[in-house]
Amino acid sequence: MTGDATVAGTPVEAPDAKSAGRRRRWTWLRRLWSLSTGRFGLIVVAVVTATAIIARFWTPFDPRQVAIESRWALPGWPHLLGTDGTGRDILSLLMAGSRTTVLVAVGSGVIATVIGVALAALGALTARWLRESVAVLVDILIAFPVLIIAMMISAVWGGSLAVVIWSVGIGFGVNIARVTRPELRRVLHSDFVLAGRASGLTSLQNLWRHLMPNVAPVFIVQLSWGMAVAVLAEAGLSYLGFGAPVTEPSWGLLLAELQQYITVYPLSVLWPGLAITFTVLGLNLLGDALREATDPTLSRGRDPLHPPRGAIRHVPEVVA
Amino acid sequence: MSLKVTDLTVDIGERRVVDGVSFEVPDGSRVGLIGESGSGKSLTALAILGLLPDGAVAGGSVLWNDRELIGMPDRELATIRGDEIGIVFQEPRTALNPIRTIGRQIGESVRIHEGLSRAEARERAVAEASRVALPDPERIVARYPHQLSGGQRQRAAIAMALACRPRLLIADEPTTALDVTIQAEILELLLSLVEDDGMSLVFITHDLAVLSQIATHGVVLEDGRVVEAAPVSTLLSAPASPITRGLLRDATATLWRPGGAP
Amino acid sequence: MIRYTLTRLALLLLGLLVASVLIFLTLRVLPGDIAQLIAGTNSTPEQIEAIRERLGLNQPLPLQYLEWIGGIFRGDLGSSLLTGSSVTSELAQKAQVTVPLGIMSLTIAILFSIPLGVLSAMRRGRGDGTALSVGAQALAAVPVVWAGMMFVVVFAVWLGWLPAQGFPRAGWNDPAAAFRSLLLPALTIGIVEGAMLMRFVRSATMQAVGQDYVRTAAAKGLTRNAALIRHGLPNVGLSVITVLGLQVAGIIVGAVVIEQLFSLPGIGRMLVADVSARDLPKVQGELLVLTGFVLVIGFIVDLVHRVIDPRQREAT
Repeated sequence: MTGDATVAGTPVEAPDAKSAGRRRRWTWLRRLWSLSTGRFGLIVVAVVTATAIIARFWTPFDPRQVAIESRWALPGWPHLLGTDGTGRDILSLLMAGSRTTVLVAVGSGVIATVIGVALAALGALTARWLRESVAVLVDILIAFPVLIIAMMISAVWGGSLAVVIWSVGIGFGVNIARVTRPELRRVLHSDFVLAGRASGLTSLQNLWRHLMPNVAPVFIVQLSWGMAVAVLAEAGLSYLGFGAPVTEPSWGLLLAELQQYITVYPLSVLWPGLAITFTVLGLNLLGDALREATDPTLSRGRDPLHPPRGAIRHVPEVVA
Repeated sequence: MSLKVTDLTVDIGERRVVDGVSFEVPDGSRVGLIGESGSGKSLTALAILGLLPDGAVAGGSVLWNDRELIGMPDRELATIRGDEIGIVFQEPRTALNPIRTIGRQIGESVRIHEGLSRAEARERAVAEASRVALPDPERIVARYPHQLSGGQRQRAAIAMALACRPRLLIADEPTTALDVTIQAEILELLLSLVEDDGMSLVFITHDLAVLSQIATHGVVLEDGRVVEAAPVSTLLSAPASPITRGLLRDATATLWRPGGAP
Repeated sequence: MIRYTLTRLALLLLGLLVASVLIFLTLRVLPGDIAQLIAGTNSTPEQIEAIRERLGLNQPLPLQYLEWIGGIFRGDLGSSLLTGSSVTSELAQKAQVTVPLGIMSLTIAILFSIPLGVLSAMRRGRGDGTALSVGAQALAAVPVVWAGMMFVVVFAVWLGWLPAQGFPRAGWNDPAAAFRSLLLPALTIGIVEGAMLMRFVRSATMQAVGQDYVRTAAAKGLTRNAALIRHGLPNVGLSVITVLGLQVAGIIVGAVVIEQLFSLPGIGRMLVADVSARDLPKVQGELLVLTGFVLVIGFIVDLVHRVIDPRQREAT
């Protein structure tokens, strides 16, 4: 009990920090949902994740099953999205491909987080010379487009999904570091952290309590955009042959395979492309919505003299 | 040349932030709009000139020489802005375009309304700069805003507002963002310019003491409504509304001589 | 100003150095034996050894690195493992496809994004403004490859206006045909990159709308729109220049994929082929050139930005 106040004779418990934190978390989720972009993003992510999970256990047809006699079927029954040049059901292929998409997005997200946090921490918490060199290093690494990193790794170890995941992870991890490092430094040097230290909290507890609400929003936004980049990267790299191996179903690979039939059956290419576009769009919009929902300046209510200015967003780099 | 505001309203989305404000500014008079922050005084000023931010809608009536400004198309309003009614804003740091010289910005007013050429406008800019007592006018017109001090920037902003000799000047907290030592200078400058030209003035502030130096009548606003309107001397000596009394308490009386404007 | 240029230059050189080390290390430090990979599974130890000698793989790493860098200063970026041809000459030859492609794409992206971006910001809240904004978002989410495919379907297969693939053998000696074969690829990259740039232009314009000096300009007697265009946009232009560096990186990346799709004999397609073939010396040289290019563009953009913005001219 951190301090009781007395109101009209009855002791009233002051709200403790934890429940206040929980309430805070729900408000921004609610705010997220209230934005149309947030709704769209969350729905897309939910649909794709659900499809990936379902596809693990069931798809309308075996995606690998070849059936020459029913090739190039138009969308209808039983092949809801039609079939490709070898008779494989496109819907099943898409569903199976979503697993790869989710894997790549989550995998690169994890790696980007680890690398980003590590670099940001190095860049903010350590001795001056180390901080400066990390800053310079990060600025230089930014110049390496994800695709270039991927090709570098592929040249040596051959292409694979791991290559995609690591390349996006490194590429975006560096980005995350660049964006979170100033926030980190700002918080570290801010008055309330120093005050916290004075009131006797251990440094780690202190940091965590003040760090999270300030750094987390920026971080989550970057992560969302980063995952969008991951999906695009997977598509492009798989198309080029450096991503998913032929044995794994992937949307990018599908694009490559269906390309040859463009003159005969152009419609088939539509589906994997739409799938990728929607997923990327959903993740991008989710990032935008997260930014709006967690922006502390906006949460203070709208200032009538100064309508919310469109903040300059980081322009995520294109991979494919 | 008079301004008559009747039942002015400003809505931002669902909220009514200015709710039925009325006052008059007869030719040559100096009226103060006073209130705490958030009382709607700045929005009132912006509404008069059609400069409300996106999403804010004005209603009611603003008559300028029997012309209705509310609802007037922007193209027409633009001919009035700067030429007949000038406005100076609170924050000199952001009011000037950072990538244009002072001279060009002052000159732009006259080029718009009087059709002067670039060279003529430049000469005029020098003249206006000297009128607001900017140091070394010939050189200063070639400077950029970031090269000037806060007080100098505000002088430049005043020059921009008055370059075409408008009949009415609206000053929205012109000294609030300035150093205390500069505030007095700027106020004196404004007063002398207004008196010299016989301009009408609408002076917006939250400080009753400042108002007492420069205005003859005061309109007290709270939450977008007028709570009291009276000569400044009455506001100072016998305020009727508790709001006014609160403002009186907060007034920074130390720098100013007591009493109303001459 | 001089001091700033020198600092930036030093950083550029440092960047190039770090990039070269990274590229070198990644490509030379292998879990497997590259010589073995090249020689094949049925090779004898002597053959493998011969290849190692030829590649200079027996020397200590730092020496190998210095040899490579030394060669670069002489203009020699190495030679292909498979064909022995000089990397420099191949790059020069393929550049005649990729460089025009890049320039055309960038031009299209800028022409496309700036007017539409500004328009969508000015019409914010109204139907057409929202439509533009949503459209840009959707386009920016499209994988470049797929956009290319769709364009091919529409313009090459259905309408037959432009070629679906290839670059004329005569190269730029037949400028009309060369241009035609680059048009669709450039359109693809330009529009997708442009959509991304458009989102940025839109935010920058919206920020400009809220700026006080735009309001002051309107207060002087400009219409609100004129105030935005005359005072707000130049500041928007300034911010766009900052992002231009990122755009170029995106275009390079787009070119790699698009050249593959359209079978254009450019640097991108060559890179893909070389990576697939594990022609490491060649890949090394090509990657260095590409990253070097991105770094140099970043450097130039920095300088231009600095020169144009009067606020920064005096600051040291």
